[in-house]
Amino acid sequence: MADTTTVIIGAGHAGLAMSRRLTERSIDHVVLERGEVAHSWRTERWNSLRLLTPNWHSRLPGMGDCDADPDGFMSMSEVVALLAEYAEAISAPLHDRTTVTRVSAAGTGYDVVTDQGVWRAPTVVLASGSSNIADVPAMAQRVPRSVTMCTPLTYRSPDDLDERGVLVVGASATGIQLADEIQRSGRPVTIAVGEHVRLPRSYRGRDIFWWMDASGILDQRYDEVDDLVRARHLPSPQLIGHPDRRSLDLNALAATGVRVVGRLAGIDRGTAQFSGALANVCALADLKMNRLLDSFDDWARRTGDVDADAPERFAPTCVSARPTLGIDLGDGHIGTVIWCTGYRPDYRWLDVPVLDRRGRIRHAGGAVVDAPGMYLLGANLLRRRRSSYIGGAASDTADLAAHLHHHLGRNRESTAALIRS
Amino acid sequence: MTTITDTPIDNGVDTAALLGAREALSTAPQAAEFTWRANCSWVHGTHSRTTVDGFSGLGADHDHRSTFVFDADHPECFASQDLGATPAEYVLAALVSCLTAGVAAVAQHRQVQLTSVSATIEGNMNVLGILGADPDVRNGFDDITIRFAIEADASPDEVRAIVAQSQKRSAVYDVVTNPTNVTVEIA
Repeated sequence: MADTTTVIIGAGHAGLAMSRRLTERSIDHVVLERGEVAHSWRTERWNSLRLLTPNWHSRLPGMGDCDADPDGFMSMSEVVALLAEYAEAISAPLHDRTTVTRVSAAGTGYDVVTDQGVWRAPTVVLASGSSNIADVPAMAQRVPRSVTMCTPLTYRSPDDLDERGVLVVGASATGIQLADEIQRSGRPVTIAVGEHVRLPRSYRGRDIFWWMDASGILDQRYDEVDDLVRARHLPSPQLIGHPDRRSLDLNALAATGVRVVGRLAGIDRGTAQFSGALANVCALADLKMNRLLDSFDDWARRTGDVDADAPERFAPTCVSARPTLGIDLGDGHIGTVIWCTGYRPDYRWLDVPVLDRRGRIRHAGGAVVDAPGMYLLGANLLRRRRSSYIGGAASDTADLAAHLHHHLGRNRESTAALIRS
Repeated sequence: MTTITDTPIDNGVDTAALLGAREALSTAPQAAEFTWRANCSWVHGTHSRTTVDGFSGLGADHDHRSTFVFDADHPECFASQDLGATPAEYVLAALVSCLTAGVAAVAQHRQVQLTSVSATIEGNMNVLGILGADPDVRNGFDDITIRFAIEADASPDEVRAIVAQSQKRSAVYDVVTNPTNVTVEIA
C-alpha cells in the first residue's frame, strides 16, 4: 500500500487542473488514469465533434497563451493534444493505465484500490467524468431486431451506418449534431424532440458564450440557482462548434429535410410512438431563449458601452400542424436508432455511501456530503454554470483545492489533539 | 408623498403548500405514489353513471368531501337519450380543466394576478372509426385545439409562458399526448 495526501481519479481536464492546483499548494498527490490522458476524449467521441465553447473559454490554470484562434472551436484531436501537452507542462504525477476498482473509507481517509496496487489518502478527488455511460431507456429492448442501435459513445460517422433512415432520439447538442451530419450524408433522419434548450450560435454579432460570460450568467453559483436539481439535469444547449459559426436549431434541421417529431414516448409492437406535445416543448424553448436574449439586452443597456450589433430576434420554431405520432420501426425504412438520451457517470467502483436514490452523488458545490475529504469535479453546474464546460475547471479547482487544503489542516489538528489527549 | 400599498397576488392557489409538499415528497418518495379511482355502473342503453368518492396517496386512503357523480350517454343523433355528456367530451373537460388549474397555479407561483381565464376546447373526430366503417380511421381524436382567453397583469409573453408551463405540468395533457398502458380485466 502506498500513501499520498490526495488521489485524483481521472486525467481529463478537471483532474489535471486539480493536479496543478495541488502542486501550487505543495500538496502531495497522484493522478490515476485508466487509459491515457484525455481517455474519454480520445475513445468515446464521434469524429466530427468539436467543443461547444470557443477556445478563449477553454483556458486551464497555469496554461500559457495558446496559439489557436481564440474564437475557434477545438476538434477532439486538438483537445487531446492540448490535455497531453498540459499534463507535461504541469508535470502531473500521472499513473496512466491504472484502473480504479474500488474506493472505500479507511480511518479518516480513503483506500483507492487499483489494478496496479492500493493507495491510502486522507482526500480523494473524483474527476472520472460525468458521461461514462449512455443513458438508454428501457424501451430500447422493444426495438425490432432488424434495426441497429447505437449511442453517441459508440457512433463515429455516418459512413458506419447502412443507407436506410435513422431515428435520432433526443435533441440536445448531441442529437441535433448527429441528425445534421447524418441527414447531410443522404440518410433520411427523423429526430424525436422532448424538452430542449434552444440557443443561437451568435447574438448581435458576438458568440453566445461571450454574452453568457460577459453578463455574468456563467458565474451564477449553484446556491443562487432557483431549481438546482432541474438546472443540473437540463439537456445541453442546441449548439454546434462549427468553423462557419452557424446556428443549428430545429428550423435549420427541418430546412435540410430532417423530420421533426415529438418525444419518443414508447414502442408498441414495433411502432415508435411520439408525444403529441411537440408544439409545446418548442414554444417553451423559444420563450426561454427569448427571455435569455432579453436579459442580455437589459445587461447591455445597463452596462452602456457594449460593442455589439442591434438587438435581434429569431424566427419561432416552426412545427408542422400534424407532426407524425408513430412510425413502424419494422417496415425497413429505419435502419438505425441512435439514443442521444443523455449520459451518466459510472460509480460502480465507489464503495462509500454517497449516492442518492437516483444514483447521483450528493454534494455541496463539489464537496461530497457525508464524506469529508472527498471531492467531485467535472459535473454539470458543479459550483457555477461555467462548471459544465472545460473553462469551468479553473475556478472550480481553485475553490475546491482551497477547501481540501483547509480540510487537511483541520484533520491534522484533530489528529494532533487525539494524540495529546 | 404618496403611499403605495402592494396588494398581494391572490389567484386562490396556495403555492407555498404545494412547494412544501414537493420538498417533503422528494424525501419520502413512497408517499408520492397516488391512486385515483372511479366506479361506473351501467344504467340503460348507452347511459352509465360514474362516481368518484375517494383516492389513495400520502400513504393513506382519502375521501372526497362528497361523492361526485358523472352521467355519460350518447346524443340523440346516435339514437341515444342524451342523458349526459359523451365520454369523449369528459376527456375534453378533463383536459381543459387540468390546464386551467395549471394556469392559476403557475400564475400564482410567478406572482401574476389573473382577472379572468376562459377556454374553449374542440376535439375533431371522424366517427367512421368508432362505427367500424373504415379501418384506416382511428377511434380517438385526430386533433384537439384549445383556445385560452386570459386577462392578467402580465405581458403577452409572460401569459404565453404560463400557458406553456401549465401544459408541461399537466397530468391530463400528459395522458392525452403520450401512450399509457391500459389493463382491462374481468372480475
